[in-house]
Amino acid sequence: MMLISCPFCGPRAHVEFTYERPVEAVVPAGAQEDEAIGLLYQRTNPRGVSRELWRHTHGCRAWLAVERDTFTHAVSAVAPWSGR
Amino acid sequence: MADRFSAIELLRAGLSGQKRWTRHWRDPEPRSHYDVVIVGGGGHGLATAYYLAAIHGIRSVAVLEKTWIGGGNTGRNTTIIRSNYRLPQMQRLLEFSLQLWETLSDSLNYNLMFSQRGAVFLGHSDADMAKLAERGDSLRCAGIDAALMSRAEMAHRIPVLNMSPDARFPVVGGLIQERGGTARHDAVAWGYARAADALGVDIIQNCEVTGFDIDEGAVRGVETTRGRIGADRIGVCVAGSSSLVMALAGLALPIESHLLQAFVSEPVKPMIDTVIMSQSIHCYISQSDKGEIVLGGDPDHYPTYSQRGSPHRLEDVAAQAIALVPALSRLRMLRAWAGTTDMSFDGSPIIGATPIEGLYLNGGWCYGGFKATPGSGRVFAHHLATGEAHPIAAPFALDRFARGATIDEAGSGPAPQSR
Repeated sequence: MMLISCPFCGPRAHVEFTYERPVEAVVPAGAQEDEAIGLLYQRTNPRGVSRELWRHTHGCRAWLAVERDTFTHAVSAVAPWSGR
Repeated sequence: MADRFSAIELLRAGLSGQKRWTRHWRDPEPRSHYDVVIVGGGGHGLATAYYLAAIHGIRSVAVLEKTWIGGGNTGRNTTIIRSNYRLPQMQRLLEFSLQLWETLSDSLNYNLMFSQRGAVFLGHSDADMAKLAERGDSLRCAGIDAALMSRAEMAHRIPVLNMSPDARFPVVGGLIQERGGTARHDAVAWGYARAADALGVDIIQNCEVTGFDIDEGAVRGVETTRGRIGADRIGVCVAGSSSLVMALAGLALPIESHLLQAFVSEPVKPMIDTVIMSQSIHCYISQSDKGEIVLGGDPDHYPTYSQRGSPHRLEDVAAQAIALVPALSRLRMLRAWAGTTDMSFDGSPIIGATPIEGLYLNGGWCYGGFKATPGSGRVFAHHLATGEAHPIAAPFALDRFARGATIDEAGSGPAPQSR
């Protein structure tokens, strides 16, 4: 179980949150086809620290940038989403 | 050469105190070069090596395993085997595999405890039944067995189901594949390893691949913790870690690594003689030959390599299982585990060539790779031996994503966490 500190609601169990995708895979509006395909379908899929887009679905519903270790599950930073 | 197992051998060994058995496969030092190197000693890698030797006559083959064979997802699944998929590409692949399962214990001379006890999908509503009827029709058109079951037939076939009017998940019917069932997962790895070894395949454990030797866009060998090993062709079968291994060759894949948990109860007398599955609530219930009730459910829905999940998922699955089969409520959980799943971006595996000549990938099996083990090995061996995709595997090429030719069984789009 991970504890994610929502900047608006405080520390909450991760089951309140929904994982969306890595920050690197957020497709900018107006991306060209090749770039969009690359961003949609290619992942570095790291074993270690990863920056990800999550949503506090069962809380304040804010989109959040979460920095998290995919092996130890340690959450090192949570910030309101402000784009890539 | 390993002993040939038979009833007479078993009797003889029993009379001599079980002391005459020899080891099932050698422990060879890696050679400096092989025709084909397989990275990953799970079921898929070992099956590939076996079929390379047995079908294609390629015996200069090594299987490189970082730890011990069958120690990854081959030993972490719920052992369910079925071919009742929705899309024709998946039907062909899994039915090919199921037909291999049906004769595999004999082919390998190894008891895989393959048990065609039937795999039942539960229908909880009229909408579920319409969906199951559609699937059953599609399966029968493809020559795969499927039978729709009424509520009364379900009550007769699976008497432990909660059929009361106030059941949390009412059972209004089901769809059964009688030829579906289970097999002993460890035995699959051991059986393929023993049979491949007998044909000259080197199974090299405790040998981690740390890099690829790539020259002018073609692969020449692998760097390992036990030295460099040259190879003309390399097949990577490391589902769960495909991204990490292929990153060593500079490739990024349409895969995220997630986790799937499963757990078993204490062993009890036989009470469930079929595989009970609900795709609507995603709960899987079967009973092992040891008597443990084997339970599985949804993945944890976020990327992780930790091989350990959160207790809330076990609670969800236990609650669903008890709602479906109230008799499970007093059982104690014996152990729980998790496997790292190679979640591809359409829910289907990736089998075939990569942009690097001589380097082939077999991964992206999501949480459904065990049942495909024999078919996967057979079609991947075909590709490695001939350089051409097996017709059954051709739709699963890596470039299908860029071509827009995805095979999306669940119809849920490029989002691994929604499967």
